[in-house]
Amino acid sequence: MAASIAVAGLGITEMGKVYGRSASDFAAEAIALALDDAGLGFSDVDGLLVHSNLSPEMTVNLQWSLGFHDLPVLAAIGAYGSTPAAMFNYATRVIESGQAETVVMVYADAPLRPAGSAGAAYANANPPEGMDSVNVAHGFYGANVGYALAAKRHMELFGTTSEQFGAVAVAQREWAVMNPHAQMRKPITLEDHQSSRWVVEPLHLLDCCLVSNGAVAVVVTSSERAKDLRQPPVHLLGLGQFAPGDSKRTDREPGIYTGATEAGRQAFAQAGVGVNDFDFLEIYDCYTYTVIVTLEDYGFCKKGEGGAFVADGKLGPRGALPTNTGGGQLSSYYMWGFTPLSEAIIQLRGQAGERQVAKHDLALVSGTGGFLNFHGTLVLSTRES
Amino acid sequence: MEEYTKPLPIRDERSAPFFDGLLDGELRLQHCLACDQWMWPVTLRCRHCLSDQLEWKASAGKGTLYSFALVHQIYHPGFADEIPYNVAFVDLDEGVRVTTNIVGTPNDELAIGSRVELATELVTHDMALAKFRVV
Repeated sequence: MAASIAVAGLGITEMGKVYGRSASDFAAEAIALALDDAGLGFSDVDGLLVHSNLSPEMTVNLQWSLGFHDLPVLAAIGAYGSTPAAMFNYATRVIESGQAETVVMVYADAPLRPAGSAGAAYANANPPEGMDSVNVAHGFYGANVGYALAAKRHMELFGTTSEQFGAVAVAQREWAVMNPHAQMRKPITLEDHQSSRWVVEPLHLLDCCLVSNGAVAVVVTSSERAKDLRQPPVHLLGLGQFAPGDSKRTDREPGIYTGATEAGRQAFAQAGVGVNDFDFLEIYDCYTYTVIVTLEDYGFCKKGEGGAFVADGKLGPRGALPTNTGGGQLSSYYMWGFTPLSEAIIQLRGQAGERQVAKHDLALVSGTGGFLNFHGTLVLSTRES
Repeated sequence: MEEYTKPLPIRDERSAPFFDGLLDGELRLQHCLACDQWMWPVTLRCRHCLSDQLEWKASAGKGTLYSFALVHQIYHPGFADEIPYNVAFVDLDEGVRVTTNIVGTPNDELAIGSRVELATELVTHDMALAKFRVV
């Protein structure tokens, strides 16, 4: 199927321990950067899609705080890490129908404070009540525990090892070293991964994503119009979304069998491509384990073989399957689904500098949310079909 | 009883039968009269068919260790003395997966697939937790 919409602009703010700015401040800066990148102005925007996340500022109220008015298209969209697929689906509809011509999508967050630890940034929510209070009573805090339980189960079923998780972390850091946007640019070895402290065993510190203050904004318009704008267009060839959820039934294993299988099938069919056609991958990486299980479910290897598949370093700069080429959320910046999305845009345009992959026409972008409960897939390309 | 310093569950109207059951040494769960499925956590409508015809029924309290993780990070000061402590998923024979801790077995001897049974732990005079022990 020929593409109807394309990315025409990208804006990335400074990332990490950047203090004194709110999520709205970062959003405004990223949008200004993205519009400038596209060669467009503030008054050209007729659609705003706000990425709902844990920040109370990331709602449709962002329209007020940023000063947009008379927007024919406005929505806050949230499906955790799988949000980009939902946003591109919506953008396709409003652009194809002519309801909007220039749609801005924005992710922004500012959870880090000078005095607090990164983990504390997300742990300060009001204490839950009722059954929701049972998890913390048993010491189940946040995503680290949920992903550790899934990773441990995978290790038990398939013999996956911590060293194999480490191969993902090491490969991504090799990419991050070459990424000026990345928060972590010091090379690491497998020994560094193994000796990094346990957060929730079997996850070491270097298995876990960063936390970032910052924002990413993307400008989307019709594929036709994008060709006349400043940047090489990045066309949307296909997308898919699939949410296995978790109804706590023992006959289901959302931590082992993710939504990537079905979301990928939808996206690849729309785009008319197969797994072997991609030049590089941007795989959602809240944890190293997420990359391994996602590669399995897309069909890059068989279920259970993901650990062995990545162990030879094939995801790194000298590997056969360039993956998370900016360092991902483990090493560059944590902007949920906008981390893999932003890096795919940079690479497809051929603007990745030192870390540019040689062949860069077709990219797979994934998004994962919850405890592997939600999944979104985008197929992006320099080609229109 | 020593002062309990970990976070306590906060009983609300909907979850009260669950916590009352634990005080009696029972793991009471909701069971759907319409589709015969059990569920956890507590819900207003059946998580399998959306029926509101739910009854409270005692589970047999037996299951299998699905997975476990060892928490080294101190997320709450009440857990600081027990680092690393285990958090586990137990698959109950009734077909639901519950969040819990395994007691009575050193962490380095825990094994996925082990048979486990309910071991309620009274933490204050009016609150108990549903923990499990290896059988």
